[in-house]
Amino acid sequence: MNFKLKDIGPQLITVIAVVLIFGFFTYNAQVNMENRGIDFGYGFLSQEASFDVQFSLIEYDGSHSYFRAYLVGLLNTILVSVIGIIIATILGIVVGIARLSSNYLINKFAAFYVEFFRNIPLLLQLFFWYFAALRTLPLPQDAESFFGVFYLTIKGLYVPAFVWENFNVFFYSIIAAFVSIIFVRTYAKKVQENLGKQTPVLLISIGLLIILPLLSFLIGGVDLSFEIPKLKQLATTSFVYDGGLSLPPELIALTLALSLYTATFIAECVRAGVQGVGKGQKEAAASIGLTPNQVLKLVVMPQALRIIIPPTTNQYLNLTKNSSLAAAIAYPDIVLVFAGTALMQTGKAIEIVSITMFTYLSLSISISILMNWYNKKIAIQEK
Amino acid sequence: MSKINFLKPDKSNLYTFLYFGSFLVFFSILDVFLNSFFNINMTVFLPYTLSFILPLFLGFIGLHFLRIEYSGIKRLDIFNKNINTNNFNAILSLLIIFIIIKSTPPAMSWLIIDADFAGNSKDVCTGSGACWTYIKVWIRRFMYGMYPNGEQWRINLSFIALALLGSVGYFATDKFKKYLTLYYVVIYPFIAFLFIFFFISGGPVFFDFSYGIIAAIISIIIGFFIPNKFKFYYFLIVPFSIYILLKYFIFYEELIELGKLEGLNWVETGAWGGLSLTFIISFFCLIFCFPIGMAFALGRRSGFPLIRYISIGFIEFWRGVPLITVLFMSAVMFPMFLPEDFFIDKLIRAIIAISLFEAAYVAEVIRGGLQALPRGQYEAAKSLGMGYWKMHIFVILPQALKLVIPGIANTFLALVKDTPLIFVVGLLELVGMLNLAKTNPEWLGFAMEGYVFAAIIFWIICYAMSKYSYNLEQKYKTDR
Repeated sequence: MNFKLKDIGPQLITVIAVVLIFGFFTYNAQVNMENRGIDFGYGFLSQEASFDVQFSLIEYDGSHSYFRAYLVGLLNTILVSVIGIIIATILGIVVGIARLSSNYLINKFAAFYVEFFRNIPLLLQLFFWYFAALRTLPLPQDAESFFGVFYLTIKGLYVPAFVWENFNVFFYSIIAAFVSIIFVRTYAKKVQENLGKQTPVLLISIGLLIILPLLSFLIGGVDLSFEIPKLKQLATTSFVYDGGLSLPPELIALTLALSLYTATFIAECVRAGVQGVGKGQKEAAASIGLTPNQVLKLVVMPQALRIIIPPTTNQYLNLTKNSSLAAAIAYPDIVLVFAGTALMQTGKAIEIVSITMFTYLSLSISISILMNWYNKKIAIQEK
Repeated sequence: MSKINFLKPDKSNLYTFLYFGSFLVFFSILDVFLNSFFNINMTVFLPYTLSFILPLFLGFIGLHFLRIEYSGIKRLDIFNKNINTNNFNAILSLLIIFIIIKSTPPAMSWLIIDADFAGNSKDVCTGSGACWTYIKVWIRRFMYGMYPNGEQWRINLSFIALALLGSVGYFATDKFKKYLTLYYVVIYPFIAFLFIFFFISGGPVFFDFSYGIIAAIISIIIGFFIPNKFKFYYFLIVPFSIYILLKYFIFYEELIELGKLEGLNWVETGAWGGLSLTFIISFFCLIFCFPIGMAFALGRRSGFPLIRYISIGFIEFWRGVPLITVLFMSAVMFPMFLPEDFFIDKLIRAIIAISLFEAAYVAEVIRGGLQALPRGQYEAAKSLGMGYWKMHIFVILPQALKLVIPGIANTFLALVKDTPLIFVVGLLELVGMLNLAKTNPEWLGFAMEGYVFAAIIFWIICYAMSKYSYNLEQKYKTDR
């Protein structure tokens, strides 16, 4: 026998401890549920939810199932995360570059922004935007328009809605554009490797992205019109905007708080990444006759991205997880809709909290698996 | 005087450009300044949009004139190098200057000039500025939550005492320096416990404690006679069993008599709150999450596959879920997992939840430190005949922990910023108290003041901590 007590002992003790703890919990849970007359099971997901959600991307009302309510919450979480990620990335890159600027004022301004927003709890910022800042906005009837089509009021932001005809054709044209861009890129790379010729990939890509959707308008019968929000009187003092898209103030506050907060961290990632590229790299690139643009594109950015992307993805994950703070201002995300209202109605604490946690867990784990794959792909291959 | 080329200022007409440029820049800044501070528009004769753009345009031209390379005037060169390198930079600099000038008067008037400080009721807040009276009236609630006013000296005293005891490390002489780790890891947290239980909580908590202390003393005394080989397992099992024995089987009546000392008034944890609760929670979570995190960091690098997988599972689980769901779990799901007559206070549940959550992050930070150590350290320790624990306690961990102090500080910073989330379990620290005060019918409409006040406090705490961690980072960088 190769096994020794020394090797087996600690493992055995740990496993027994873990099993005991879990066993203890499961036993208690069973006893408690029996006493209270609750039975364990996920069958409730198909039952009628009978509660309303004020903001939903898919069709939903009280007559739909709990599973549908879960989907509504999940989609709302994803919506706010995606918007937040886009804004935070743009802002973070701008501020990160500003942090590197040689201009004293810009540099300090960016540093002030980063230090200011990073050191205040996100929840406090969220409350500030929702309960203090957005409450100072005008009522719908007093709102002034931006460019005649946007209305920012205390009841939310009203934007024109796109009214599409044959939207699927337009959608396919965009997909076709992306596919052909990938083809062009691979081809250009091959040409460069074999013949040393450079193809203006960027120009061709932009051209494709414009021409193909345009063709869909001209040939495919796609049509686009705007529906502009109009003020409508409900009662003598109650006004709403009708038509168009309305973004509730909860969504605006959440997006603002999340993106302003996360942008500070992304800015620091960008700064660290660009500073992480050795000065020698830039000098070497310049000395073999690359133009400043080429230095940036071919030498600095590929190396900087390698440093920037992993921590930035981490920040994206944090943003997604932080979007659960939505529950505090009643934005109907997964925590509020599912772990809040649905839990209150069904009383199935274990099932609902575990589903909610599992959702977040699978989101983060899938992103981190993707990240590990990407990291391996772009890692410097040392010979 | 040579020919002047206005498009390309050069050194030959230095003073013409200098005077003209400075005048334009000065004029543009003056215009914005007068406009925002005294509401005087110097260019009122122009159409509105032109009058609005004019300072920017004039300033831009002025900065263009000032941009003289190698002027020979040192200050001008520094000025150009710092804020005026090219047209784009010049416009950005001007915009930032204008934004600062434009935003100063409204901010100042809201914060200070038009604000109300005096009085004790809402009636004094008639100005257009902030109502700091609101903060003044509510300050005790913001600091101490619902803790009875007459008992608040207990919190103050505990915090001052703990702060003094915590600063011992700075005054310790070399002779005592080697005991500092022991002090901070074991004794100081223990004293803090005593303070919290006897002072801030008060009441008959003494029972359980007396059992615990007796169990600890007995097991330590017996521990001297246990051979070294089994000491680890001994201390893993015996003290807790003695505690259980004491509590449920032996000495029951006698110890209750012993525990019935007249204590301070009991204040239930539901009444704790405000900023002091933020400190209490941060403090205990830091104390708890550190050893747990260290254990899981070691577990993740352990050679035993089962222990490694359990550690990975633990770490990835907590890192993958948001804190708010963890607190939800501790509030609604955790009581289901406990025996029916077994009740854990919600503050303790919150502390456990946050500690486990942060422990996963601490574990990853410590793992980074362990990985950063060169393999030679491990091999050297092993070649001296050290076992696993000796190697880690005397060689690996002291070096690894020193490396990760900034990372730990950042985690702790995140912990402090996460504490407001305990509103989920119904505990109200500073932000929670603000929301409570905001809904008080007598004090409606002062949300802004409250949030600004809390933001300033949190900002000061967090900024000081981040600066401190940055200093530590710099300090230890040079050490290596």
